[in-house]
Amino acid sequence: MIELSSDIEQPVIEVDDLVMYYGNRKILNDVSMQVRNGEIMVIMGGSGSGKSTLLRQLMVLERPHAGTVKILDRDVGRMSPQELYDLRKRLGVAFQGGALFSSMSVGENIMLPLQEHTQLDPATMQIMTRLKLELVNLAGFEHLMPSELSGGMIKRAAVARAIIMDPKILYMDEPSAGLDPVVSSSLDELILRLRDAMGMTIVVVTHELESTFKIADRVTVLDKGEILFIGTVEELRNHSNERIQNLLHRRSDDEMHDPDAYLKRLTGMEINGDATL
Amino acid sequence: MEAPNATGSIVKAFDKLGRAVVSLVEEMGHGGILLWQCLYWFFAGPRLGQPVRLRLIMSQMMEIGVSALPIVIIMAATIGVMQAIQGIYALGLFGAESRVGIGIDLATVREFGPLITAILVAGRSGSALAARIGTMTINQEIDALNVMGINPVRYLVAPALLAMLIMVPALSLLSMYVGLLSAGLYVQADLGISLAAYTKEAMDILSVDDLMHGLSKSVIFAVLIALIGVINGASVTGGAEGVGRVTTRSVVQSISAIVFTDMVFAFIVTRI
Repeated sequence: MIELSSDIEQPVIEVDDLVMYYGNRKILNDVSMQVRNGEIMVIMGGSGSGKSTLLRQLMVLERPHAGTVKILDRDVGRMSPQELYDLRKRLGVAFQGGALFSSMSVGENIMLPLQEHTQLDPATMQIMTRLKLELVNLAGFEHLMPSELSGGMIKRAAVARAIIMDPKILYMDEPSAGLDPVVSSSLDELILRLRDAMGMTIVVVTHELESTFKIADRVTVLDKGEILFIGTVEELRNHSNERIQNLLHRRSDDEMHDPDAYLKRLTGMEINGDATL
Repeated sequence: MEAPNATGSIVKAFDKLGRAVVSLVEEMGHGGILLWQCLYWFFAGPRLGQPVRLRLIMSQMMEIGVSALPIVIIMAATIGVMQAIQGIYALGLFGAESRVGIGIDLATVREFGPLITAILVAGRSGSALAARIGTMTINQEIDALNVMGINPVRYLVAPALLAMLIMVPALSLLSMYVGLLSAGLYVQADLGISLAAYTKEAMDILSVDDLMHGLSKSVIFAVLIALIGVINGASVTGGAEGVGRVTTRSVVQSISAIVFTDMVFAFIVTRI
């Protein structure tokens, strides 16, 4: 029991003083955070806050310009290609648009990591593929092409592909984006099931508040490339920081500080103080 | 008032030229790196447990070679007949039309067979490769390959390159044969020279060197088509419109590179 507890507290992702530039523009400024073993960490932030850039760092698609990113206790900046290859087999990623290969069927998409990284016989691979499809409620759809799936089905198929190798860490980029509330809610349920049933550490980038409140163990809020908040959902809700409250109530900073200027920007018209909407 | 404008225009023109040269050198460097990485995966892949998959090579060979058979045969036959028509006309000006075989045989094997085949493959498969890689880049499929630990060069580029290296010379060989045959049939119909006599003359004229000249060029063309397609596809920006742009660019660059390389190759081999 003690061992289990310490294992849960153990960080599987450690980001220290991460700095990233695109050209001369600083996208991430001294970002530091940890993701603990077996938790669902939601990364939130407005557009341009740097959350997608942070996710690309965590997926090891880019190397830091300064600072360190440690995943499963290994510094990704110092990894050899072979070490990186080994690490990637332990990570799963479900991209925002699914990123399913359009020339392959759903089943072939999901089976691809098994074909490339294991020596399993085709029959076993097919059984594993069907199991994962069942887990994401897509059983029987393996013969369809990605173009024949709905948005929600594409996202679930992408999750099935991401978990086919039973990864230690699963990254999900905007899993609810563009989905209706019912499908979005079923995806949230799926994320919770993956954590509970498979013990995965899950990092979700989203701007959907409802989804965040439902699934997050902890939340990281990014603003203008800096960490604004890290904590539980309850702590987030009760936080007094104005920017966090703006984010939670979907208000822009302009709206808070200068309503007239905000309305002028929206309407292109001069609004006097007495004007009402 | 005019002088500063003129100076400004000259500076702009040089600026544009300089950027184009830098971009060209950059793309050539990128091509060299891609070629090196493909060779690395061909030879080191099996040892690392990440081989270039045979099924992907076969699939590309079907797409690049087998699917192109009808158009290559039709174009080769048409060009063979066209050469015969023009050759008979030109030589007929000084009564030497019976010697038309010499020109047709050498031109088809050394020049037209590989050139026409390469242009067709660039238009069909080079553009398809650019569009495929471009679309995959935009849809994050390349990122997906990377995060799954599947190197995109090993998975996408190396099979296409190897398939090109096998199928472009094979199609060129077919194109030479079909071109010579169609020209022979036309010569038989027009001049009454039998196909057997025409074939014997071709066998006497053509040497292994001529065949190797044509096939060596087709190997270089294969590398150019594959690398230009991949480089353009990987550089895509701006969604579906961007894919269209890089696809067109890939065809134009491939054909230009093929024709230019053909000229340089012919000069080096025949003059130096």
